[in-house]
Amino acid sequence: MRVKYVLNEVLVGLWRNVTMTVAMIITMSVSLTMLGASVLMYMQVDRMKTFYYGEIEVSIFLNDDVDDAQRAAIDQAIDSNPLVKEKTYENKEQAFERFKVLWEDSPDFVNSISASSLPESYRVKLSDPEQYADFAKEIEGLPGIRQIIDQRTLLDKVFKIFNSIQVMSLVVAAVMAFAALLLVGNTIQVAAYSKRREVAVMKLVGASNWFIQAPFVLEAVVAGLIGSVLGFVALFIGKVVLLDNKLQALTTILTPIPNGNVWLMLPLLAGVGSLVSAVTAWVTLRFYLKV
Amino acid sequence: MIQLENVTKTYPKASRPSLDNVSVGIEKGEFVFFIGPSGSGKSTIIKLLLKEVAPTSGKVVVNAKDVTSLRSWKIPHFRRSIGCVFQDFRLLPNRTAYENVAFALEVIGKTKAVARRVVPEVLELVGLGGKEHRYPHELSGGEQQRVAVARAFVNRPLILLADEPTGNLDPDTSIEIMRLLDRINRTGTTVVMVTHDSNIVNQMRRRVIEIESGRIVRDQARGVYG
Repeated sequence: MRVKYVLNEVLVGLWRNVTMTVAMIITMSVSLTMLGASVLMYMQVDRMKTFYYGEIEVSIFLNDDVDDAQRAAIDQAIDSNPLVKEKTYENKEQAFERFKVLWEDSPDFVNSISASSLPESYRVKLSDPEQYADFAKEIEGLPGIRQIIDQRTLLDKVFKIFNSIQVMSLVVAAVMAFAALLLVGNTIQVAAYSKRREVAVMKLVGASNWFIQAPFVLEAVVAGLIGSVLGFVALFIGKVVLLDNKLQALTTILTPIPNGNVWLMLPLLAGVGSLVSAVTAWVTLRFYLKV
Repeated sequence: MIQLENVTKTYPKASRPSLDNVSVGIEKGEFVFFIGPSGSGKSTIIKLLLKEVAPTSGKVVVNAKDVTSLRSWKIPHFRRSIGCVFQDFRLLPNRTAYENVAFALEVIGKTKAVARRVVPEVLELVGLGGKEHRYPHELSGGEQQRVAVARAFVNRPLILLADEPTGNLDPDTSIEIMRLLDRINRTGTTVVMVTHDSNIVNQMRRRVIEIESGRIVRDQARGVYG
């Protein structure tokens, strides 16, 4: 009976103030979508880091006029360096072959380049990519080296972009969450006001505090749950439409987002959404109900 | 049943205490009037007994329970042993007489079946048989107060507190309400009534405790308004 009463009160409460309820659900879902997106992005960057850092190479480009003695010295220096895991050498012809594959879409460009205009290089994998600076310090002074490029710095630029997108969506999530909290608080105030007579009578006849508060808190929780489900649906649609279709080209670089990770967002968003609204509602009641 | 021991209550920002070192004892089954001019502190007694406010100093004992040290989460359960009636009835306007009384039962966890058995009985007792399904706006002031009395009494409380229950009623209706309270008192329920209706106090000839400026100035076993 009491459960039925509480549930009925929740439905009546949500319906009584339906515009506010809708506003509450929308802000909640936008906020949770942004939160979900940023968590997914975080997980994604993590995956990409482990994936790409294993592949990272340091390229040591040699001068065009490098002589055999210099090359041998460089070769020797790389081989004797304890940080090096793997080393490959690429001469001008091999570099040109790779170049042709890389730019096969623009043959005019390829034709304007000859093998001699590309530098020969060493490709070095470090056992710990983080120690690039130490490695570079020992090599860079050698004669015959034109340039040392650490792919990690390139990759880090990409990750930095991801990072700032992630931070941005977190900020949006936080701002929307703040708006959602204010709306929850306001909705609860309105609900408490419109039920002030019932609440007064309940207090008078000795209804327990949880019984008085439960409909209000549950009202906020239900709105939070609806908002989180909507947020999850938005996230899923966004993933399918953007990454799997429109921006598919990007995903070849980005490493695909596993569906499992997206599904993981449902309990996360539902948990955050309902917990945050429950706490907000409860705190608001402390101030406006004085049970 | 009710014991106030050296109770002083000073509201924040008030220049003088509403109750000043008041001690009084009320036995089970008594019918007691608290009388006095407005602002004398008589309503504060009701609030203390319900633990709506806590005394500044002193001890309040109700039903052998020390209310002063009662933990806040125990207050709801404590209040179930006390019925309350007010000047403004405090009925829910969107519920019928039956539903108003049943609401009080349901929110403390009684089943609908219990309500179906008990509510008609208590409405009959207060003289509202046949008017169960009227809304408060379809009832007269006296009838509304009867609904309120029914709601206060449906849980068979040990104590009934009435704060100016006849304040909004004409003299004849007031007498009827008093007869009802008297009937309830005869079932063994302790009745504490705050009023400044001299007519009623003089007719009932029950114990009268007069309060002035927060102090008890008179306590008479079969008193009049004075």
